[in-house]
Amino acid sequence: MNSVNDSTLQKLAGTPVAAPMELVCPAGSLPALKAAVDNGADCVYLGFRDATNARNFAGLNFDEAAIEVGIRYAHDRHRKVFVALNTYPQAAKADLWQRAVDRAAHSGVDAVILADPGMMAYAARHQPQLRLHLSVQGSATNYEALDFYYQHFGIARAVLPRVLSLTQVAQVIDKTPVEIEVFGFGSLCVMVEGRCALSSYATGEAPNTNGVCSPPKAVRWVETPQGRESRLNGVLIDRYAPGENAGYPTLCKGRFDVGDEKNYYAIEEPTSLNTLSLLPDLMKIGVRAIKIEGRQRSPAYVAQVTKVWRAAIDSCRDNPAHYNAKPTWFSDLDKVAEGQQHTLGAYHRPWK
Amino acid sequence: MKLSLGPIQYYWPRNDVLAFYEAVAQSPVDIVYLGEAVCSRRHEVRLSDWLDIAAVLREAGKEVVLSTQVLIESGADVTVLHKICANGTYLVEANDMGAVHCLEDKVPFVAGPHLNIYNLPTLQWMAALGLHRWVMPLEMGRDDLALLLAGCPAGLQTEVFAYGRMPLAFSARCFTARHCNLPKDDCQFKCIEHPDGLMMRTRENEEFLVLNGIQTQSARVHNLLPELAAMRDMGVAVARISPQSEHTVRIIELFQDVIQGRTAAAIANAELPGLMPEKPCNGYWYGKPGLELVTQTERISA
Repeated sequence: MNSVNDSTLQKLAGTPVAAPMELVCPAGSLPALKAAVDNGADCVYLGFRDATNARNFAGLNFDEAAIEVGIRYAHDRHRKVFVALNTYPQAAKADLWQRAVDRAAHSGVDAVILADPGMMAYAARHQPQLRLHLSVQGSATNYEALDFYYQHFGIARAVLPRVLSLTQVAQVIDKTPVEIEVFGFGSLCVMVEGRCALSSYATGEAPNTNGVCSPPKAVRWVETPQGRESRLNGVLIDRYAPGENAGYPTLCKGRFDVGDEKNYYAIEEPTSLNTLSLLPDLMKIGVRAIKIEGRQRSPAYVAQVTKVWRAAIDSCRDNPAHYNAKPTWFSDLDKVAEGQQHTLGAYHRPWK
Repeated sequence: MKLSLGPIQYYWPRNDVLAFYEAVAQSPVDIVYLGEAVCSRRHEVRLSDWLDIAAVLREAGKEVVLSTQVLIESGADVTVLHKICANGTYLVEANDMGAVHCLEDKVPFVAGPHLNIYNLPTLQWMAALGLHRWVMPLEMGRDDLALLLAGCPAGLQTEVFAYGRMPLAFSARCFTARHCNLPKDDCQFKCIEHPDGLMMRTRENEEFLVLNGIQTQSARVHNLLPELAAMRDMGVAVARISPQSEHTVRIIELFQDVIQGRTAAAIANAELPGLMPEKPCNGYWYGKPGLELVTQTERISA
């Protein structure tokens, strides 16, 4: 029961592991998609303009017309388009998500990125030709979990949550037939994706349920004698001294007091993940694709990040033994990075 | 409706854990979830000890369920997962899809609150794998729950997290070790110094979140005691209490007295604030931000 037959599995399992590493870039708009393609993305991922994807912000994402143009633009240049339908269908309107699977299939995308088992079952049954990727929101951090989605739905690829060390990623790859995609660059989620309700605790809306984290409509900036304050539904997330750079009040990246330690980043600094220096290792252990975060970011961000990562992947592929991440790559990326600084995140054990 | 006690979220000294479950064995709780669900580094109580505790509780007439770890990262984590799933005696609460994979089509199991079952197609699909009971996601409100209960397969039990600080998030990073300026791999087991977690306040001294190792909890205490009758009428089979370092048995008694109709909910609820480590909240149940508190008066006028 609940499983697909072997020939379907083989068909969905996709290209062999030896295929070159893909660069998967974000697009929150048609100009961003073009920027990604023009600067060397192998694949672009995007979302519909509703709660079915995890970057559900006003003014972002694609309607039918834009998707059609975007897919044609990418396919004409032999690039792929993935559609992220990676929030969890809410009880009252699960059919909105099912329709989105059908819309994606009919639009001719190369894969859909899903998190919810009910959606996967629907896709496997109604759109059996559609290639399925397990979203990072599916929280699969171990081979047993990956095997679960592979056995039942024939997922071709999974995006790993940003929690595993490099060794742990290698161990997972050794034990699964599923292609592994990892985050290479972008805003850093410090929590296991799909297992964080901090945003809904403070604001009522969160990634799993609404496709947003620390939503803009809950943000309030207040000038006070103590400095500029950022609040999320009234909760004080940070307070900035005059002249200090004020960042977006993502709930887990504010400054708080714990015990005697006052005013520190108790959970995480405003910082970006950047794994440029790990690229040879990621290639060696068989990571199939590098994902760039940032569908909420501008076409200029997408262009800049895609360009650097294209150069890095090509350089590493051509000569892995002599690969050296160039200082200009880092400085170019830091210019567009959250908090203008970067970290290796969980790939590097001391971060934990 | 039955009453359950969720797994201990904190790191308590071994003797405290043993004393806690001796008291629980004598308490009027029906179902007890056991095991280390948060951090694999915690070792005061090991799997063999949990099984000993399980035997005592079962002898005392409790239904015992073994909970698996929510975040499974290492090969060693998977090995422990396999052992728990193959225990052969007790029901298992799967807190990760990897755990579901080890249990499906073999033995009935419980789908824990972190499996993200938000809609009917997913609940029905999961039910076919051998689901005995499922725990509603923390974020879900009563209106969505009603929709799921309306289509819930016959015989499948629904459980609701009804009391305690909510486990809102999990990370690879240990925030307790970070607070102590220690690396996670050499955390010196600092969690043991904080039996109800480590309070994180905003810069205007508002209690906001609680750091509990790799887990982040709500500072406020989710409390659905006044909703027990409504939950039963909706078809909820089990209400869950999450352990805290003090007063847990008294909280169990109050909930069970209300479930059994021995005490009016308003009277029991009036005693609860004195037993809580922080202010109450119930926003999620009403489709609002989780930290909000909808009062009795607002409920009646709504």
